[in-house]
Amino acid sequence: MSSALGAVGGRVALEGAASSERGRWLRLLFRRKIALVGAILVAANVAIAVLAPAIGRWDPQLLDVKSRLAPPSATHWFGTDDVGRDVWSRVIYGARLSMIVGGSVVLFSFVAGIVFGLLGGYYRRFDNALMRVMDGIMAFPGIILAIAMMASLGPSVINVVVALGIVYVPRVARIVRGSVLVIRETPYVEAALALGVRDVAVLWKHILPNCLSPVIVQGTFIFAAAVLGEAALSFLGVGVPPQIPSWGNVLAEGRLYLQQAPWLTLFPGAAIMACILGLNLFGDGLRDLLDPKLRGVQGAAREN
Amino acid sequence: MKIYLLRRILAVIPVMIIVATLAFVLIHLAPGDPASVIAGPYAAPDDVAKLRRQLGLDEPLPMQLVHWYGRLLMGNLGDSIFLRRPVTEAVLERLEPTLLLTMWGTLIAVLIGVPAGIVSARYHNSAVDQSLMGLALVGLSIPNFLLGLLMILVFGVWLGWLPVAGYVPLDEGVWRNARSLLMPSISLGLVQSALIARITRSSMLDVLREQFIVSGRAKGLDERTVVYKHALKNAIIPTLTVIGITFALLVGGAVVIETVFNIPGLGRLIISAVLRRDYPVIQGVVLLIAVTYTVINLLVDLAYLVIDPRIRYQ
Repeated sequence: MSSALGAVGGRVALEGAASSERGRWLRLLFRRKIALVGAILVAANVAIAVLAPAIGRWDPQLLDVKSRLAPPSATHWFGTDDVGRDVWSRVIYGARLSMIVGGSVVLFSFVAGIVFGLLGGYYRRFDNALMRVMDGIMAFPGIILAIAMMASLGPSVINVVVALGIVYVPRVARIVRGSVLVIRETPYVEAALALGVRDVAVLWKHILPNCLSPVIVQGTFIFAAAVLGEAALSFLGVGVPPQIPSWGNVLAEGRLYLQQAPWLTLFPGAAIMACILGLNLFGDGLRDLLDPKLRGVQGAAREN
Repeated sequence: MKIYLLRRILAVIPVMIIVATLAFVLIHLAPGDPASVIAGPYAAPDDVAKLRRQLGLDEPLPMQLVHWYGRLLMGNLGDSIFLRRPVTEAVLERLEPTLLLTMWGTLIAVLIGVPAGIVSARYHNSAVDQSLMGLALVGLSIPNFLLGLLMILVFGVWLGWLPVAGYVPLDEGVWRNARSLLMPSISLGLVQSALIARITRSSMLDVLREQFIVSGRAKGLDERTVVYKHALKNAIIPTLTVIGITFALLVGGAVVIETVFNIPGLGRLIISAVLRRDYPVIQGVVLLIAVTYTVINLLVDLAYLVIDPRIRYQ
């Protein structure tokens, strides 16, 4: 009875506020569709990354100095670079590297950030020291910190992941800590503790699952920022070693031959844009779905 | 309010200490002996030992840290290994282009981002709003260095309107200096304006839903007064935060942009230092930027007090 009344009341209210409500729903629908476009772009990127050896056509590291700086053609779809390597293959394998770096940076910052966030939020005695260190890391612009760390670590894919990962740990830790501070005061946590459940189990089973959704949204933006970060580091010559195909590396060569070989800039550039656009759209959509409170608030991470 | 002010200023001190410590840790991040990493694999053992002494790496770690703090308090960043001169000198020499680039970039970002956000919020859900926000999303997806490369390609190479790269110092004429920084600042600022537009729009939308806006409209104020006088004043606070962060973020972005346009600023300095493993220079630049970043954030917080009386009287 009461539920039927509620439904009727709801419909009346809906019709009453039709003009503003319709706008909101249209907007949501529009955004969902956009999120779908994002998801498709991301999926395409992942597919290209996985299928790279099959669709690469050429070995991305194969030198062919005789046909260096050749414009796009039937043999070399995206042309060749200054030592005659096939740009199509290097862009395709670059997608693979970007996905690996993006995924690993997210993994790294999630594991460390979640552990620190849980510890800081739950055990108050760690909190101050931990969060001050996180503040300290966040006092550096991300790209600067990553560049400085690369100086000590040396150029390699793993080191790029470590450097960028460390940059994003505090962002994850802060979000997790914020949620834990709220969740630890809830009755169900109190009840679990009263029943004698051990701290680790409370943290793992009761607190962690409830603070994940904002972190997951943040994850898409960290992924995008990591892809951009790797490209920037490699472009500057302090990221992955130059022979490894990466968008940033191709762009670095492109800068030197901008006049003779604009395809060295245009194709990897388009690839980066499509990838980041997809991630941003997907992240925006995901946030709308998981966290209605944040609807319309911007959170795309830009770190360079 | 005075207590708040004091607390906020004092809170900077621990952050600074940690920033200084992190900059110190950087040199010890490499596996093994930093001196031999700096000297490279082909250095003679004598040279490595000399370098170790020169950098104070032969002391026990806690002593090194104490000396590091002491030197920093005196404003001494040490000597560059490669340039053979004080780091402070090298940094100050490279400061001008980076500072100007960052300032122009911030200006462009604000001048485009804030009006775009306001218009978007005022004509919420209209075609203008949709297209501006669509543009902003695309803008957020272009790395600034890529935008720089594309601009060089179009305006420098194809159209030939502007110099492809290079920097004209300020004392060779303000106009020529600004011209040499035009493309770099746009590539830096335009991307950031997308972020500012989105924040301005969403905080404007939040404010426009508030009761005092409704009553303003109810008492017959025209839309202009409501939007620009009542809403904007309240919506500007989140925007201000972002503008503060923007300046700091753009310092990081400038480092990358300088490579694109061959501008001899802090970015070129730190990159060449990384390639030569010139740690004192890396530490110096990183510290300077982090301190600037922290100070700007402090200033932004203090600006709240001026703008928002609600915070002032808490």
